[in-house]
Amino acid sequence: MSNVFIAFQKNEESRAIINAIVADNPTAIVNDQPAMVKIDVPHKMVIRKSTIEEEIGRDFDLQEMHIHLITLSGNIDEDDETFTLSWNE
Amino acid sequence: MDMKVNKKLGLKERYNLMTRDLAWDPSYQSIKDVFPYMEYEGIKIHDWDKFEDPFRMTMDSYWKYQAEKERKLYAIIDAFNQNNGHLGVTDARYINTLKLFLTGVSPLEYMAHRGFAHVGRQYPGAGPRVACLMQSLDEIRHAQTQLHSLSNYNKHYNGFQNWRHQHDRVWYLSVPKSFFDDAVSAGPFEFIVAIGFAFEYVLTNLLFVPFISGAAYNGDMGAMAFGFSAQSDESRHMTLGLEIIKFILEQDPDNLPIVQAWLDKWFWRGYRVLTLVAMMMDYMLPKRVMSWKEAWEVYAEQNGAALFNDLARYGIKVPKGWEQACKDKDHLSHQAWNVFYNYGAAAPFHTWAPSEKDMEWLSAKYPDTFDKYYRPVWEHYSKEQAEGKRFYNGTLPMLCQVCQVPMFFTEPDDPTKVAYRESEYKGMKYHCCSDGCKHIFDNEPEKYSQSWLPVHQIYQGNCFPEDVDPTKPDFNPLAEVLRWYKITQGEDNMDFADSPDKKNFEAWRAQATNN
Repeated sequence: MSNVFIAFQKNEESRAIINAIVADNPTAIVNDQPAMVKIDVPHKMVIRKSTIEEEIGRDFDLQEMHIHLITLSGNIDEDDETFTLSWNE
Repeated sequence: MDMKVNKKLGLKERYNLMTRDLAWDPSYQSIKDVFPYMEYEGIKIHDWDKFEDPFRMTMDSYWKYQAEKERKLYAIIDAFNQNNGHLGVTDARYINTLKLFLTGVSPLEYMAHRGFAHVGRQYPGAGPRVACLMQSLDEIRHAQTQLHSLSNYNKHYNGFQNWRHQHDRVWYLSVPKSFFDDAVSAGPFEFIVAIGFAFEYVLTNLLFVPFISGAAYNGDMGAMAFGFSAQSDESRHMTLGLEIIKFILEQDPDNLPIVQAWLDKWFWRGYRVLTLVAMMMDYMLPKRVMSWKEAWEVYAEQNGAALFNDLARYGIKVPKGWEQACKDKDHLSHQAWNVFYNYGAAAPFHTWAPSEKDMEWLSAKYPDTFDKYYRPVWEHYSKEQAEGKRFYNGTLPMLCQVCQVPMFFTEPDDPTKVAYRESEYKGMKYHCCSDGCKHIFDNEPEKYSQSWLPVHQIYQGNCFPEDVDPTKPDFNPLAEVLRWYKITQGEDNMDFADSPDKKNFEAWRAQATNN
C-alpha cells in the first residue's frame, strides 16, 4: 500500500494542523526535518476542519493550509469540512 | 422584522460560480479561431467542463492567501537582512549554491510565468484556464521573491551580478535554459504535461524540499523563506499537473500513447536538469540534510511508484529511463561535481574538493560507490592542490545534443565507462549522453539539431566580445569567453580556497564577534 504525504513549514499554526492530522489518522508517520514536517499515511489521509479548530482554538478555513503547505502527494478531494489525499489502489 | 439570511455558499458552489459560470462561449467567432492551438498535437478533448480543480480556489481567496504569504516572506527577508543574516550561514561555500540557483533556476520561474500565461490563454475550459492563470502569477512571484532575497547577497559576494546575462550564455546554464525553451516551444498540451506533470509533480520536490530544508539547516533564512513560499504554491501546481493529465486521459483513449511519449521524454529531460541539484545537495551544502540518493529514494522511488500505480488504471506506465535514473543515484552527484571542479575557471561560482570530513559523510551515504570510484579522484586533486597545482581543465567538454550536459555520464552498468550515443540526421552526426537523450533526438531531430550548444558556439567564434581580434598573437580564447560571459577572473570563478568571498566572509564574521 503506497503512502500519501503532506509537508508543512514548521511553525505554530502548522503544529495545530499536524496534531489534528495525527489525531484523525492513527497510522500517520511524522517525519521532523529542518524547518519542515512531513507526514505520511498509508493509502489515505483525512484532514478535518473541526479537529484543527479544536487544536488551534479558533475558526479555521481549510484553505488557510495553503499558507504553510510545502508539498503533498495523492489525489485531492476538498470541501468545506474535510481535505482528503488518497491513492486509487 | 424578519430578515432572510442566505446560507453561506459551500466551497464547490463558490468555485463553480466564480470560475465556470463566469466563462462564456463565443457566438460571433468560431471556437477554432479563438483557440487555434487545440488540435495540432493530436489530443482530443470532448468536454472541458469535466476538468475540476480539487483545490477549488477562487480568485478572491487566491489574492487573500498570496498576500498573506508575501507579507510573511518579506517580514522574514527584512529581519534576515537587518541582522546581517548572511554572516550567520554555516560557511561561505554555502553561498555558491545560491549563485547556481539564481543563474539557473530563477530565470526558469520567469519562463514558467510566460508558459502558463500562454497555455492558460489557449485552453477553452474555464477550470484549467483559471488554474493556469494562478500558476502564471505564482511563477512571476517566485522569480521576483528569489531576486529580492538574493539581492542582499549581491551586496556582499561575487558572482551574483550578471545572472540574467549569464543565463543566456554560460555553458552549463544552457542546461536549464534549453530545458524550458524546449517546453515553451512545444504545444499547449505537451507544455502542461512537461512542466505541470513531469517536472512539477514528479521532480520538483527533489529540488525544493530537501534543498530548501538544507538552506534552513545552513542558517539561510532568506532562501528558506522564498523556497518554502514558492513551494506552498507548488502544491497547487502539482495538483493542476496531476488533474490535467487524468483529465486528458479520461477524455479519449487516443490520448494515451501521446501522453505516454511526452512523459517518457519529459521525465528524462527534467531528470537531467536535476543533475545540478544532486551536486548541490551532496557537495555544495556545508551541512547536509540528506543525500541525493536518499532524496531520490523518498521523492522519486517511493512517491513515483505510488503515483504510477495510481495512473496504471489509465494504461500509463512508468516513464522510460526510470530504471536507469534509479541506478544512477549512486553516481550522479560525484560525476557532476567532478566536472564542475574541472571547469572551475569557467563558472561564476566557486568549486572545491571535499574535505576529509566531507568524504567520510559521502562514504557513509554511498557505501557501494564513493570509496571505490570517487574518493581516489578527490584525494588526487587535493594532493595536487596542496602542491600548488590545482587542476583546471583547459579544454572544452563535448555536450549532449539534447540535455546539453557535458558528456560525463557513465554507462548504466559500468561506472568506469563514459556513455556515448550517436545519431545521424541529414548527413550530420549528433552525439547524446544516454539512451534517453538519443531517443528524444531520434523522435524530433528537426528540433534538436538546432540546439544552441555553448561549446560548439565557442568553437565557431560566436562567444567573444565584439572588440576581440582573434588574429592577434596574444589572443587568449578562454579569457575572451569569460569576458563575454561577464565573469570577473579571480573574483567570480576559481577555487573557493583562493576566493575573495572566503576572505571577506572570515573577516566580517570575525568583526561580528568582537571589536
